[in-house]
Amino acid sequence: MLTIKNLHANIQGKEILKGINLTVKPGEVHAIMGPNGSGKSTLSMVLTGNPAYEVTTGTIEFYGKDLLALSPEERAHEGIFLSFQYPVEIPGVSMVNFMRAALNAKRKYWGEEPLSATDFLKMMREKRALVEMDNKLVNRSVNEGFSGGEKKRNEIFQMAMLQPRLSILDETDSGLDIDALRIVSKGVNHLKSDQNATIVITHYQRLLDYIAPDFVHVLYNGRIVKSGGPELALELEEKGYDWIKKEVEA
Amino acid sequence: MNIAQQYIDIFHENLALINSHSAPVLNGVREEALRRFEATGLPKKGEEAFLHTDIESFYAPDYGLNLSRIQPTENPHAIFQCAVPGLDNNRVSVCSGDIFLRTPLHDLPEGVIAGSLCEAATAYPELVGRYYGKLAQGSSDGTVTLNTAFVQDGFFLYVPHNIRLEEPLQLVNLVHGPHETLSNRRLLIILEEGAEVRLLSCDHTIDKCKFLFSTVGEIFVGERATFDYYDLEESTLDTHRVASTFVRQESGSNVLVNGITLHNGRTRNNYYITLAGTDAEIQLYGMAIADKRQQVDNYTNIDHQAPRGSSNELFKYVLEDSATGVFNGRILVQPEAQKTAALQTNRNLCSSQEAHIYTQPQLEIYADDVKCNHGATVGQLDSNALFYLRSRGIPEAEARTLLKLAFTHDVIEKIRIDKLKERLHKLVERRFRGTLDKCAGCRICQ
Repeated sequence: MLTIKNLHANIQGKEILKGINLTVKPGEVHAIMGPNGSGKSTLSMVLTGNPAYEVTTGTIEFYGKDLLALSPEERAHEGIFLSFQYPVEIPGVSMVNFMRAALNAKRKYWGEEPLSATDFLKMMREKRALVEMDNKLVNRSVNEGFSGGEKKRNEIFQMAMLQPRLSILDETDSGLDIDALRIVSKGVNHLKSDQNATIVITHYQRLLDYIAPDFVHVLYNGRIVKSGGPELALELEEKGYDWIKKEVEA
Repeated sequence: MNIAQQYIDIFHENLALINSHSAPVLNGVREEALRRFEATGLPKKGEEAFLHTDIESFYAPDYGLNLSRIQPTENPHAIFQCAVPGLDNNRVSVCSGDIFLRTPLHDLPEGVIAGSLCEAATAYPELVGRYYGKLAQGSSDGTVTLNTAFVQDGFFLYVPHNIRLEEPLQLVNLVHGPHETLSNRRLLIILEEGAEVRLLSCDHTIDKCKFLFSTVGEIFVGERATFDYYDLEESTLDTHRVASTFVRQESGSNVLVNGITLHNGRTRNNYYITLAGTDAEIQLYGMAIADKRQQVDNYTNIDHQAPRGSSNELFKYVLEDSATGVFNGRILVQPEAQKTAALQTNRNLCSSQEAHIYTQPQLEIYADDVKCNHGATVGQLDSNALFYLRSRGIPEAEARTLLKLAFTHDVIEKIRIDKLKERLHKLVERRFRGTLDKCAGCRICQ
C-alpha cells in the first residue's frame, strides 16, 4: 500500500530525513524506533503533509497515488491517519462538529452522501465505547482541558471514526499510565484488519507488548539503519541504541 | 466647505421645524448643544481619541434629514424581519432610528414604560426631563452634541423599583429610504433600584443607499439593578454608524454590554461606563468581523469612581482583506475606588497582509489597592490547529472557518439570553461562510 523511496525532508532548511526507504503492505504492523532527534516524528509529519516540512528528494506512493502531490486533507480522505504525539487543543471547536466535518468531507470525497444525524450520533456512541471515552469529553471542545491520557484516547477515537487504511501512531504511549495504555492498545488492536496497516512510532518496547509488530525498524540520523522482526525491539530494550550507533558509524 | 458648518446652517434654518416634530424636553437642550457643537466641530482625525478614524468623512456626504418625520410609505418591516426565534414577544420595530412603526409590547408589568421617547417626553415630561441629556451633556464629542441638537425621537424605557422583565426586549431598527440619509436616534433607559431588563438592539440597513446613523444612548442603572444590552450592527458597506453609549451604574448594579459588528461599512462605537456606586460590576464585551474595506473602531472608557467595583472587558476582532480595526480601552481608577478589579483583554486575528488593527490599552490608576490587568494580542490562525484539522480530512477553507468560529466563540458565550446566543452562533457562522444576508427568513433573504 505504501512505498517510500529515498525520502529526504527539511524543516526550516535543516535536513532531517536523509534517504528513507520503507514498504508497508495491508495487514502489517511496522514499529519505528530510534533515539530522540532521529527523525521519527518528521517522518509522520511528512507522510501526513504538514506544510512546515519540505520534501527535497524521493517519492511516496500510496495505493499507486503520488502522496506528495496531495493536500493533508486529501491524504486523510485516501485513508492516512496520524495519532499525534501532541494532540492540539482547539477551544471553541466542539468534538461533534469536528468529527462531523471530517467524516462528511471524506464521504464527499468518495462520492457518498453525508451521514444522517442519527447515524452519525450512533457511530459516535459506538466508537466512543471502544476507547471507554466519557460522553462528557465528546461534548467538549477538541482536546480542551483533556488530560494526557484522554487526549491519546481521543486520537484513537478519531481513528475509529475515520477508519483509515494506514494509521501512524506517533508516540501514542508517551504520557500514558498502564490503564490508559491498555485501553488505547485495545482500541488499536480492535481496529486492525488484514485490509489496513499500522506504523507505530515509539521509544520503548512497552507499547509493543500490547501492539505486536511484524517488523521493527531503527531510525537513526534520518535513515532506517536496521530492520528486523519483533526480536529487534527486545534487543533494543535490553541493549539501548548505542550499539546501533556504533555499527552505523563503523 | 466646512463639513460641520453645513449642519449648523441646517439647524438654524430648520429649528422651528425640528422642534415642532419633537417634545419640549428634547427641544430644551438643542440650542445649548448646538453652541457646544459650534465650538468644537466634528472630531478631527488625529485627535487623541480619534487617531485612526476620520469621523469628518462620515458626515461629509450631502445627507438628507427627515426633519418633518415623514413616515415611510411602505412598512419596511414587511420586507425585512429580524427575528430571533423565541424572542419575538417584546419587539419594538423602528425605521431609520426614530420613527415608530408599531409597538406591539404587551404584558409588560405595571409601571413599565417602553416605546417612543418623544411620546414619553410628552406624557411624562418630569420623569424624562430628570434624566434626558444628563449623561451625554458632559461630552465634548461633536457627534454627541450634534445628535442632541437634531434628535427628535428615539427609544425610551423606564423600569420601576424591583420590577423584573422576564422576556428580553428587542429593538429592531431598519435604516431604510430612497435617499442618502442621516438619522439621529436617542436611547434613554432608566432602571430603578433592583430592576432587571435585557435589551437587544439591532441595526440593519436594507437599502443600497448611503446612510449615516447616529445614536446616543443614556442608560441609568439604579442600585442592585441588572441590565443587559446587546448592541448588534448588521449593515451595508455604504453605512456609517456613530454610536455613543453612556452608562451610569449605582451601588451593587450589574451591567453587561456586548457590542457586535457582524457586517458594516464604517463604524465608531463609544462606550462610556461610569461605576458611580460601590460594588458595581460591568462586563463590557465586543466583537467585530470585518473584511473588504470595512472599518470598526471601538472606544471604551470605564470610570471606576467608587470602591470595590469590577470591570471585565473582552473585545475580539477578525479582520480580512483590507479591513481596519481599532480598539481603544481606557480604564480610569479614581483615588476613591479602592479594591477595584479591572481586567481588559483585546484579541485580534489579522488574516491578510492588508488588514490593520490598532489596539491601545490605556490604564490610569490613582488608587493603590487595586487589581488591574490588560492584554492585547494580534496574530493569525494557529498553524498547528489548522494542520490538525486538515489531517483529519477537513478542507483548508473549512478548517479556517472552524478556527475563526472558535476564536469568536467566547464573546458570544457571554450572552445571557440562550436563544440569542444560539442565533448569533449561527449568524457568525454564516458571516464567515459568506452567506450572511440579513438575519431571518424574510423576503430579502429567501
